[in-house]
Amino acid sequence: MIEVGTIVAHILLFISLYFEIFLLLTFLEGKHEMKKSPRESSYAPSVTVIVPCFNETKTLTKTVNSLLSLDYPKDKLSIFIVDDGSTDDTWSVMQKFKENQSISLFQKENGGKFTALNLGISQAKSEIVGCLDADSFVDRKALRRIIERFENPEISAVTPAIKVSSPKNIIERIQSAEYAFSAFIRKTFSYLGAIYIAPGPFSFFRREIFEKIGPYRHAHNTEDLEMALRLQTKRLKIDNAHDAYVYTIAPKTPRALYKQRVRWIHGFLENARDYRFLFFRPGYGNLSMFVLPTATLSIFTALYFTAYSIWNAAVFIGNKIIEFSAVGLNLAIQPIQFDWFFFKTESIFILSSILIVLTIILIVTGKYILDRRVGFSRDILYFVLFYSFLAPFWLARSVYNTALSKKTSWR
Amino acid sequence: MGKFDWKKYLIVFLITALIFSTAIYLSNLASEKRLDEIKSIEDKIAIDILSSETQFNLLAESSCEDLNNPGLSADLNSLAEKLSFEEDKLGSDNQEVIGLKRYYSVLEIKDYLLVKKISEKCHVKPLTVLYFYSNAGDCSECERMGYILTYLRDEYPELRVYSFDYNLDLSTLKTLLSVFKLERKLPAVVVNSTPYYGFKSIEEFEKIMPELKTLKNQAASSSTTTSTKSK
Repeated sequence: MIEVGTIVAHILLFISLYFEIFLLLTFLEGKHEMKKSPRESSYAPSVTVIVPCFNETKTLTKTVNSLLSLDYPKDKLSIFIVDDGSTDDTWSVMQKFKENQSISLFQKENGGKFTALNLGISQAKSEIVGCLDADSFVDRKALRRIIERFENPEISAVTPAIKVSSPKNIIERIQSAEYAFSAFIRKTFSYLGAIYIAPGPFSFFRREIFEKIGPYRHAHNTEDLEMALRLQTKRLKIDNAHDAYVYTIAPKTPRALYKQRVRWIHGFLENARDYRFLFFRPGYGNLSMFVLPTATLSIFTALYFTAYSIWNAAVFIGNKIIEFSAVGLNLAIQPIQFDWFFFKTESIFILSSILIVLTIILIVTGKYILDRRVGFSRDILYFVLFYSFLAPFWLARSVYNTALSKKTSWR
Repeated sequence: MGKFDWKKYLIVFLITALIFSTAIYLSNLASEKRLDEIKSIEDKIAIDILSSETQFNLLAESSCEDLNNPGLSADLNSLAEKLSFEEDKLGSDNQEVIGLKRYYSVLEIKDYLLVKKISEKCHVKPLTVLYFYSNAGDCSECERMGYILTYLRDEYPELRVYSFDYNLDLSTLKTLLSVFKLERKLPAVVVNSTPYYGFKSIEEFEKIMPELKTLKNQAASSSTTTSTKSK
């Protein structure tokens, strides 16, 4: 008799495999876009970039300098730096830019990132409004690549391609591979018309859409996710400029990564609950029928396989304990004999291996999107080896927080 | 492209189903190959035993050296390991596993009888343990006992351990149980025709079978000699 747990594992593996094959096929359908070389467009509408800050003394100067170096007509670019009631020297760091004609400085009481963004939006007069987190830096051409997408009047918002800034330690390198995976996903979702996050680092909107759909909301500390979902409900199109590179400082420690991810995943689950009417409605297209359901299910799939692995490990350890209690510690080294008979050939093992290989292919494709290079890097190796040991912690905590309606904090 | 494209969803479903069923087919194929290998080992053992029995009959009047064949069904241990591995994978209620276990049990009994005959002829005490277990969930100590016997078999290659699933529906096994008047108090072992019930530690086994200690001392002295010679 096949156990229920094994049947569930097979169903989840089938859905995961389906999801990845679907994405790969979608990407291949649209890959001709990748081959196009960027065209130098003269289209240059007025743009405002809002930089919300809360205690950003360390990175703010570099962030603003990267904006000042953007390849974009200076008279068309406004930079709003909004101090959201910082308790450190952020405001004084901001003063060094007060003489710059392109830059406007704002200070307000702390109210959360979304309030800082809304202040900037309310002051902006430009056609296009975007944001840049104060811990991120932009490539010189990034704004050009983003704005090119707005030449299509159907596009209401454009997201960038985000890379980890100078990854050094293992935690940063794991995220570097993960961001490559996200770059692939974001591009593919844009083909499907199913982008559901307009990330804090360098997403742009037509200013008029805020008049139509309203400003940013608190949205469980994931205002970028809620904004994208709101755009989707109004059937406003979000595109992805895969060649608009933005570099972000990724958490350096497991604890910092854990906190960030709990905020993200908890935010996703809470917003998915708020926007549950978007699920399984053919009128909302791929987002509704495929992307949101599988994204939600993937959280539970990851947790299920974690529990499944823990159970198997517990059985193995239990057997070892029984063996130890019977014969004591046997330190004799048994000669290693390779016999194909004892190779793991269970269907779960074969299917999981196929899934891992497919995930690596998707990450390599993501790396190609970001770096225009194809290859297997150390980042991918670390990701494959360690990610499945890290993610369950924040996934479990996020599900727990959502189930008990607990709030997450920014920091 | 945001529209829901049924055709594409269907094509991806077919591709996924193809990969999925290929993986399951390969897994089943590997299981079948394993069962085939177990079957071929069993056949080989059957021939080994038959050959040894014939040899025994032919050389009934000959010396013990001619009969002392250390290679006699040496594959039994490796077969036990593989059968146990496959039982773990496919489940103890799998019909093919049960069939192979029945065959294996008959071979064990034949091997046991042959070893007994040779020992009688050569006037030596057979170093054998008949082990009776159950994996129906009614024997809490069987797993530990299994580890003990595996350890002893590794430690003393001369020791022949024959393990039998008490619940196996096999008339030969039932006869064996009645020969030793074995009660259903598992785990149970039979050493020198005497049944012992319950878990037995390594020390208890060494008491029941003092020959093990002798073997250990012999091994220790031979290794000392070897190391002295090599100096």
